[in-house]
Amino acid sequence: MEEILSPDEQLRVKDLVVRFYTYEGIVKAVEKARLNLKKGETLGIVGETGSGKSVTALTILALTPPPGKVEGGSILFRRISGSIDDILKLREEQLIKLRGREISMIFQEPNAALDPLYTVGDQVAEAILSHRLSEMLDKAIESLKEEIKDGGGGFSSRLQLWAYNEMKKNPEALKLRLVKKLPIIGKMISKKLNQVVREEIVGLLRLMEIPDPERVIDSYPHELSGGMQQRIVIAIALACSPLLLLADEPTTSLDVTVQAQILDLIMRLKERFGASIIYITHDMGVIAEISDRVAVMYAGNVVEVAPVIELFKKPLHPYTKALLEAIPRPGATFKSIPGTVPNLVNPPPGCRFHPRCPYAMPRCREEIPELRRITKEHYVACHLYGGEEHGKHSGGD
Amino acid sequence: MGNIVAAINLRKYFPIVGGVFRRKIGDVKAVDGVTFTIKTGETFGLVGESGCGKTTLGKTLIRLLDPTSGRILFDPEGNLPDNPKIEERMNDYDISSVKGGKLKSLRRYMQIVYQNPSTSLNPRMLVKDIVAEPLVVQGLAKGKEAEERVLQILERVGLAREHLYRYPHEFSGGQKQRIAIARALITHPKFIVLDEPTSSVDVSVRASLLDLFKELQRNMGLTYLFISHDLSMIEAISDRVAVMYLGKIVEIADPKELFNNPLHPYTQALFSAIPIPDPEVKRERIILGGEPPSPANPPSGCRFHPRCRYVKDICSKQEPTLIEVKPGHYVACHLY
Repeated sequence: MEEILSPDEQLRVKDLVVRFYTYEGIVKAVEKARLNLKKGETLGIVGETGSGKSVTALTILALTPPPGKVEGGSILFRRISGSIDDILKLREEQLIKLRGREISMIFQEPNAALDPLYTVGDQVAEAILSHRLSEMLDKAIESLKEEIKDGGGGFSSRLQLWAYNEMKKNPEALKLRLVKKLPIIGKMISKKLNQVVREEIVGLLRLMEIPDPERVIDSYPHELSGGMQQRIVIAIALACSPLLLLADEPTTSLDVTVQAQILDLIMRLKERFGASIIYITHDMGVIAEISDRVAVMYAGNVVEVAPVIELFKKPLHPYTKALLEAIPRPGATFKSIPGTVPNLVNPPPGCRFHPRCPYAMPRCREEIPELRRITKEHYVACHLYGGEEHGKHSGGD
Repeated sequence: MGNIVAAINLRKYFPIVGGVFRRKIGDVKAVDGVTFTIKTGETFGLVGESGCGKTTLGKTLIRLLDPTSGRILFDPEGNLPDNPKIEERMNDYDISSVKGGKLKSLRRYMQIVYQNPSTSLNPRMLVKDIVAEPLVVQGLAKGKEAEERVLQILERVGLAREHLYRYPHEFSGGQKQRIAIARALITHPKFIVLDEPTSSVDVSVRASLLDLFKELQRNMGLTYLFISHDLSMIEAISDRVAVMYLGKIVEIADPKELFNNPLHPYTQALFSAIPIPDPEVKRERIILGGEPPSPANPPSGCRFHPRCRYVKDICSKQEPTLIEVKPGHYVACHLY
């Protein structure tokens, strides 16, 4: 494969290997995972606990949780500037500019994602001030100039104007830091900026369909319900209109009616912001609703990738089939997948699903199946399917 | 077949205290006037959003919480008549105020399986002691005999002898839940409250647990109260389903009827919110505005009226009662 992305591609994860060095041994959490994401597309990732879906998402942000280490592969990402970078090769200060600005994340537990000691406004402001400071300064300067032109604006306005112009040149300048330390004047400086940021946040909260944003902005997270908290987290994630939004089970801890509201919101915001989304969940119902394409992960491998309709209609991998059959349906008996998810310290040799697979052949025990293209957009990693080069002798039912 | 449990006008309030003298300043009306019966041998599903009082109702029914008012009737033999209003015969079955030894002996017949096995199993006890504890408490068996019975029940839930001398942390989530089920079953209860028993496990494990519940029900003659917010699961496992909203039951019907023909506007909205695992079906969604009001200060009249799309004048004034619209289909709404 060539090292550059095709024009409509936003992200490509190639042969990603992540391992965790624990006392019990090396956990092979993600093994040669391959994903790609088109611009403006929603890719769903399904898998059970321990399938490596969250680790993959965190690694896209270069935030692999310790003791995890990326041991191979590349993550190519098309930046805002148009250049294509391998995220795994970026330096930390470049990553800081990337995270939250170009790629942002919504976590599963809004309760844990928000800091209980800061108000909602402070937390959204942090995202805005760290990535959109100059834009905010421009707005503040603009409005100060208006004020001065209208004859108003005494010392305070002039002081702020001076400070913001300095800040634009270098926010860490010594004179600024000294002035900020002064009593009264120090406070005066940030007045207009705060006002501008606050307006921006209220607008953002309104977009999230939060009722009464003027009140919510000054509340602490514990004063809000789970659904409202998740809206705040989404607001923070979208504060800088990122190119890619990673959503790691954002509705799992919510009730169905609230889940419906949030899914609806995410889909509409996607239209508005034009972001690509990677949506991680274990709920096949949510996947069916939100994604354009789906990647199924099992024990650290991507086992199947297909457009959503095709995946539900014609699942190829035995694990995908089993997952679809495990959805409770009235009248039917519950079909479970025999056995358990393997321990990834000592994964089964060959195909990692073979101990639980009803179609396992001797070959499955020895040879790791590659992710092969079966039809135009349908990829599967299973020895039952020969792939293009072997023509059409597909096994299974 | 008769009924095993009946609740008549059951209420459970939790006091809110405040001020310097810790005086009572209000009530959280978690369960507020609920009447229903559970037939012997059935799975009675209870759905509702978080905070609607479904867990409180389950716990109050088996007297883990004391009801504020109302009556709970329970017959381990499962022969409660259909019309529990006949006063004099009912006093024998009334368990809403039994205490002490009598309550303890009743506990044998009513058990509960909690949502999260990691917190409901004592991490410092061996599996054999966890599962044997009800036997010891009830004075039914101890020592060798208890261990023998533990082994029997573990095998029934799909565990083996080798698991006896292990601690809970050595098991996976699904296995831990099996231990919790074994503990609930060891006294051979008649009625089990399953409080979101599968919400902490993965999809593939969930199906096997549901299968286990079905099989145990057949073989041990159990009656379940199955509490869940997962509607598709409730639909698949229940014989009858009750929908709760803010401390009230708003609709009861068998799952087929309820899912095909939901009558209460809340039920309609709730069901339309379920994501369908079929990308080609696009259902018209009824998105409820806002969130459930606080049970400390519920709206007047019908509790759903501030969020209801069919709201009429009467809804804010008068509280609708549960009426039978079709045989076996009850709904509490002024539309019917």
